[in-house]
Amino acid sequence: MPRLQLEGITRHYPGVKANDGIDLTVAAGEIHAVLGENGAGKSTLMKIIHGSVRPDAGTVRWNGEAVQLASPAMAQALGISMVYQHFSLFETLSVAENVWLGLPRGESLASVARRIEAMGASYDLAVDPRRPLHALSVGERQRVEIIRALLGAPKLLILDEPTSVLAPQAIEGLFATLRRLASEGCSILYVSHKLDEIRALCDRCTVLRGGRVTGEVVPARETPGSLSRLMIGTEPPPLTRIAVQPGPVALSVHALSLPDETVHGTALDQVSLALRTGEILGIAGVSGNGQQALLACLSGERVIGPGGDRAAVRLFGNPVGGLGPRERRALGLHFVPEERLGRGAVPALGLDRNTLLTRTEGIGRVGQLKPRAMHALAARLIERFDVRAGGPGSAASSLSGGNLQKFIVGREIDAEPKVLVVAQPTWGVDVGAAAVIRAELLALRARGAAVLVVSEDLDELFLLCDRLQVIARGRLSPARPISETSPAQVGEWMSGLWPGAGNEGAAVATADGTR
Amino acid sequence: MRAGFLPRFEPRGQPSLALSIASPVIALLLTALLAAVLFVALGKDPWRGLSVFFIEPLSGWRPASEVLLKATPLVLCALGLSLCYRSNIWNVGAEGQFLLGAIAAGGMALWLGGPQGALGGLAAGDGPLAALAGRPLQLPLVLLAGVAGGAAWAAITALLRDRCNANEILVSLMLVYVAQQLLSYLVFGPWKDPKGFNFPQTPTFDPSTWLPPLMAGTRLHWGFVLALIAVPLFWFALFRSWRGFQLDVSGQAPAAARYAGFSARRALWTALLVSGGMAGLAGAMEVAGPLRQLTPHVSTGYGFTAIIVAFVGRLHPVGILLAGILLSMMLIGGEYAQSRLGLPGALTGVFQGSMLFMLLACDTLVRSRVRWPWARRLAP
Repeated sequence: MPRLQLEGITRHYPGVKANDGIDLTVAAGEIHAVLGENGAGKSTLMKIIHGSVRPDAGTVRWNGEAVQLASPAMAQALGISMVYQHFSLFETLSVAENVWLGLPRGESLASVARRIEAMGASYDLAVDPRRPLHALSVGERQRVEIIRALLGAPKLLILDEPTSVLAPQAIEGLFATLRRLASEGCSILYVSHKLDEIRALCDRCTVLRGGRVTGEVVPARETPGSLSRLMIGTEPPPLTRIAVQPGPVALSVHALSLPDETVHGTALDQVSLALRTGEILGIAGVSGNGQQALLACLSGERVIGPGGDRAAVRLFGNPVGGLGPRERRALGLHFVPEERLGRGAVPALGLDRNTLLTRTEGIGRVGQLKPRAMHALAARLIERFDVRAGGPGSAASSLSGGNLQKFIVGREIDAEPKVLVVAQPTWGVDVGAAAVIRAELLALRARGAAVLVVSEDLDELFLLCDRLQVIARGRLSPARPISETSPAQVGEWMSGLWPGAGNEGAAVATADGTR
Repeated sequence: MRAGFLPRFEPRGQPSLALSIASPVIALLLTALLAAVLFVALGKDPWRGLSVFFIEPLSGWRPASEVLLKATPLVLCALGLSLCYRSNIWNVGAEGQFLLGAIAAGGMALWLGGPQGALGGLAAGDGPLAALAGRPLQLPLVLLAGVAGGAAWAAITALLRDRCNANEILVSLMLVYVAQQLLSYLVFGPWKDPKGFNFPQTPTFDPSTWLPPLMAGTRLHWGFVLALIAVPLFWFALFRSWRGFQLDVSGQAPAAARYAGFSARRALWTALLVSGGMAGLAGAMEVAGPLRQLTPHVSTGYGFTAIIVAFVGRLHPVGILLAGILLSMMLIGGEYAQSRLGLPGALTGVFQGSMLFMLLACDTLVRSRVRWPWARRLAP
């Protein structure tokens, strides 16, 4: 008898069928992958299984019995636990307190702490229950989430894109833990769009596209190409890199240090980099290691005050540390932020008005807006970058993540910047859109622009970049040409262990979930 | 967190444009329904009661001119407030800015027209500067003083928020009470009319500082025309200007404003100074128009009612004009209800409050659908 069986699950949202007659069967002790690009309906399906969304039609069977999952608490009572992609933990509380809050009442904090330690020891998820959460790396936080889920002795554990926050070594550790759990009879639903991971870890795989099941396969017997065809219908086109002779330094940072803006953020410590025209420089690293501060200093969202070293950031040799985003944009530096809705675009405004954030085509001489010019620019971006949108007037929030990212990247590339700084260019973007964005970045480099890419995705960095640097705990490693490094070495550096000045001491308190 | 007895709200996705325009209309109908129920409960004929509120204020030129008269300060204050609220700056102190506008304008009028005023003699027509200081300049000076007074009062809020990160809701609200005390001090003390039988009021202003009436025989003045002109100006500023766009973005998405390089400080100051100035202008026109002197009761809560006007008008200039007239009708209807039906004056406040409440409820229902916890059990 299967542990979980879904039959004909259907769920409508206004304008979309997020799930359309989905069947899914998970056996006891099975690691079952749910593969699909963004918007394929994975998240909705998981929410239905976890009881936070109710289906419009279809049956959920648990150990053969039809059940109505009315709330997460009810799912929990049956033995279904979920580890979300975005953690729901309190920064100011300790690990034990965070876990304790999620448990039924009646257990003492001390006993919870003991169980956390025992659980950590038996599943290789070591974390000190007394440490405050804000002192933990992202990898450690994920362990806290997993421990919290495991303390309820689940029969089915759902993990939503769990590796998006982990360094390569930490991913291996997570996989070992999951295999161990499965061997003890716990079923695992593993949601991902990363083909390699699914092939390495999962017993079976259900592929979703456009809210429907397009295949149920044994991933070990598939190739990345065949899985990709099931997921998006085609294989992504190969990227073409042409040789470009790098020119002079366009953007440079010299020994930049920054105090912490928030108590919990990571500041910058003696960061240096030099980006030349005609090259793509990559910054690898697990998120939360100072990327936000570095990017804000480069874009001008964080201005270096009069007391600081404003010459630490230079654009074509001129100090720009004291200039804001608009002034830097006028000098040819454009920036694509990590968050699309709310930062890269205003959700409720149309695409035409969203061009006004970084472009001046729609602004008249006396400060009036020119609706026709905005409209024309938005229409051009939609056309040139293959943005699927209702039209130039469509609200930014009505676009899928990938299409909005194509629009935002397109808006900055279309300005023909001399320097482009891009954060997570394809984060959460489907395979087709990612291919378009990467090709455009390479084309920009071929036209002689300088491009800086900050990404957590090592595969992407090795595809795009000429040179790589690694950020860890607010420090930046020396740059290495792609040909002289490897994902394994970069993964090692991501924990702060690169050869060079003063790193030996940092080795103990390193970045993230490596053991 | 459990199923419980409380309904849950699920977003509906894109709310329809027609419904979001219809929602104030539905709110108005629901308020009228509630009013009818209240009239019955108070032992009055509901039709008579409703007609006192919604028909009699518009029957004939005289009552209609009073509606427009009271709508003028409401519309002016609400236009300024809409700029603030769209910038996500919660100025709830338009009442105080209105009073400071009235005080500054009144002070200017007294100074210009009074016998010991610097220009007093000149205005009367003797002296070389008479032409310059004569009537054509007096009224603009009074109105400008009002704008400056209101803007200065709002600037205190802006300064405290900018420098000390103080909460603008609290600061602007508390400054209302300071403004009321200041007005009382002035009319009970230094500015009291020596010939006023000890009433707390200033002398009547010099006629040269009066806002001329629009129609003979009514109190409606040229301020209403100014309010009508302000509506398209604000529409342009909000929807067709680069500055207005920056304010809009800093209100809707502060991170996007930072990313674009729009200054949050400039948005704060612009929004507060403009809305303070508009409230001050309304105050100035109230004293230069119908009142012609300062008393402790210069405002009957226009600055607070304007908050309701701004929201009922959907923070849109045209909507604000219509909402201003509607709320003004309710103010006048409240007076009629007191004099003709013997109902308490607090009724107006009840209707205003329920109007806002109904509107918020309608908006919530337009944006989300309600899932009742027992609906599941009824479903097959």
